Amino acid sequence: MPNILTAQTVTKRFGGLTAVNTLSIEIPEKSIYSVIGPNGAGKTTFFNCITGFYQPEEGEIVFNNLSIRGLTSDQISQRGISRTYQNIRLFSNLTALENILVGQHALLKSTLFGSIFGTPATKREEAMAVEESRRLLSFVGLSGKGDFLARNLPYGDQRRLEIARALASKPKMLLLDEPTAGMNPNETEDMTKFIRRLRDELGITILLIEHDMRVVMGISEKITVLDYGEKIAEGTPKDIQGNERVIEAYLGRGSAAQITA
Amino acid sequence: MENESKTNWWLKAIQTGLIGGIVAVLVSLIGMVESFHERDIIAGQITMGETLLLLIVVSFGYFSSRGTEDTPLSKRLTSGALTSLMIGSLTAGLVLVGKVVNLRKVLVNASPNLYKILTFENENTTTAVIVLLIAGAVIGLLASLVHVIPLIWRRAIISGLTIAALIALLQDLIRITLSRFPAFSESIAWMFGSRGEEGLSVNGALVVFIIVTAINFFSATRGDAVRGRVRALPSGTQTALRWTSWGLLGAFLLIWPQIAGPYLSEVSNSIGLFILMGLGLNIVVGYAGLLDLGYVAFYALGAYTMAVLTTTGGEITANIEWTFWQALPVAVLGAVVAGVVLGIPVLKIRGDYLAIITLGFGEIIRIMFLSDFLKPYLGGSFGIVLIASPTLGSTALKTPQTLYYVILAACLVALFVAYRLRDSRIGRAWKAIREDEDVAQAMGINLTTTKLLAFATGAAFGGLSGAIFASKLSTVYPHSFVLLVSINVLALIIVGGMGSLPGVVVGALLLVGMPELLREFSEFRLLIYGALLIAMMISKPEGFLPEAVHKRELHESDNVSHPAGA
Repeated sequence: MPNILTAQTVTKRFGGLTAVNTLSIEIPEKSIYSVIGPNGAGKTTFFNCITGFYQPEEGEIVFNNLSIRGLTSDQISQRGISRTYQNIRLFSNLTALENILVGQHALLKSTLFGSIFGTPATKREEAMAVEESRRLLSFVGLSGKGDFLARNLPYGDQRRLEIARALASKPKMLLLDEPTAGMNPNETEDMTKFIRRLRDELGITILLIEHDMRVVMGISEKITVLDYGEKIAEGTPKDIQGNERVIEAYLGRGSAAQITA
Repeated sequence: MENESKTNWWLKAIQTGLIGGIVAVLVSLIGMVESFHERDIIAGQITMGETLLLLIVVSFGYFSSRGTEDTPLSKRLTSGALTSLMIGSLTAGLVLVGKVVNLRKVLVNASPNLYKILTFENENTTTAVIVLLIAGAVIGLLASLVHVIPLIWRRAIISGLTIAALIALLQDLIRITLSRFPAFSESIAWMFGSRGEEGLSVNGALVVFIIVTAINFFSATRGDAVRGRVRALPSGTQTALRWTSWGLLGAFLLIWPQIAGPYLSEVSNSIGLFILMGLGLNIVVGYAGLLDLGYVAFYALGAYTMAVLTTTGGEITANIEWTFWQALPVAVLGAVVAGVVLGIPVLKIRGDYLAIITLGFGEIIRIMFLSDFLKPYLGGSFGIVLIASPTLGSTALKTPQTLYYVILAACLVALFVAYRLRDSRIGRAWKAIREDEDVAQAMGINLTTTKLLAFATGAAFGGLSGAIFASKLSTVYPHSFVLLVSINVLALIIVGGMGSLPGVVVGALLLVGMPELLREFSEFRLLIYGALLIAMMISKPEGFLPEAVHKRELHESDNVSHPAGA
């Protein structure tokens, strides 16, 4: 499989703190790839660099054979990268359906004047967009909840809605920032299956930040481990589970020896 | 524990009473009671000043006896009585102090007349105080008894009283309006106080109260059944019904200036211009969440463009002398360009900072119009005179009653545009930016174009309003475009409900229409304004008519249901 995203020596600093340090990563197309690491390791910062929220000081990010460095987040979204957030960030005073409609924004063409005059093309496009939103609602299991305000949905539904909104822009790659945070084991199990479905049925490459090791080890094809902004390990779940540096990063120095002993 | 909560409730009642008492004393000392006393609500029976005091006592008494569902009646009665007794005793205190010390040296409004009103024209101070205390307690008891009345009746009665008071307040307007139709002369005489007296007559008050209460009661009890029956009608009939009601509303709006006469038409025109501005600012603030405090700039630009292009006064160098209709699109376009130009530098600025910068822009524009440097072109502080009126064929639409149609048309267009944009792709992008700018951008929304579109569309409405304003007055002066205009427009959006179109209309009616109609109390205008805003923010922070949730998953037909209308 060719790589859909390649990051080369990406560095992001905040003042004196280097949040991401010369990080290089290669993500094969249609894979499920995880980035893990202790709190503050720079995982979300790395996500923000990919999606244009931050501009990295150094390094290059190539998506679909084109550099996306220096692009704004709307341009990057239009290239086919979509994301969800660690702390859910829905448009809380819009309905679930409207949230998904906003997700389709870049795919729609209607203009200010088209909307004012209600041209047939605009009406047709709008009707199709609503139809597509309904389809996405049912795809994530929220049928019938489209008219609820996003903020009135229960937590798990909000997570699903956020994914539906991210899918609405028809991304080639989806960045999920801790999608199972705050979920109970059953919900986590559902979400894991759902993520796999996204890849299998829609052919979307998944880049995942996750703390739940059962999820990570269960669905990832490849894992990168970060600590203090640097890559300390990379490989299949099996490689990572036995890696001494990873265990040290999570449990402290000396723990690896105790565990392997 | 039991004991503690017991202390709590009566302490609370006294506390509420203290606040109410302070309000009553303050309202008296600033002269509100006295100047309101000159108007009768019910001719010869009760004046507006007395109504104001009564309203304070009743509402505080009612509020303090609110309790919860299962609060025993005795507790409610005691709370209400205690609170109102406090108000009564504070007022009595004012009277007593006033008898001993001459408060007038400091508080000019503490006049003998005020004491007369507060003591119900009782010469004897002791009797007056006793009467005040007893009246307070009794009214408090009655106010707490209101809780016993079933909710439906309570609402009906309150609305009956409110409407009756409103009609009494606006009596001279209604009287003048109706007196143009001789057929009503007898009913006017019967409904309102006889010549020389003001307010409703006892008969009139009773009739209004009974009718409104009854209507309200029936709509509350039978309304659902009727609505259900309407919904059960075949969809063709329903559409016809809806169009008929829109048609009736349209017909009413069309004949309104003929019923209303010149003064009310003039007031309607002011309201209309503010509705236009409200709709424009609503796009910027309500939809896109960009807090713009310099909105008056676009109003001013529209007005000055109209002025420069059409003036025949000759004091400024421009000698263009276009007609109104030629200048109107240029004025709107000018405002749009200004919207974009002023929008570009603030694209990256958010929240409070944006508010401050736009506030600066508004002032810059005003001072620019005032400047001596531009005086040859813009007239400086003398402004520009002899601005063209709109024409229809060969007739100039100069009077308020004819200009009304121009403003009505502009409002309908603006409402239609705002309505269509609300649920469009652009409207959704605006709302997404309002909710979370970063996420909106990450959803593929181009912040630059989307924000500039909001500024430009908002500015277009402001420019349109300004252009009509200039031609309505036929003169423009820089001092018409002060910061207070921006604040008024923002306030009417907030009172109506952010992002809500009917809210803009209601807000403009309340905040522009009411003060125009109650001009004689204009010295208290800002006070009432402020009190209303505070009360709104506490009790109904989302506004009178908040933006409704647009159901689209299960009701597809909503897109085509109602065209824009006032």
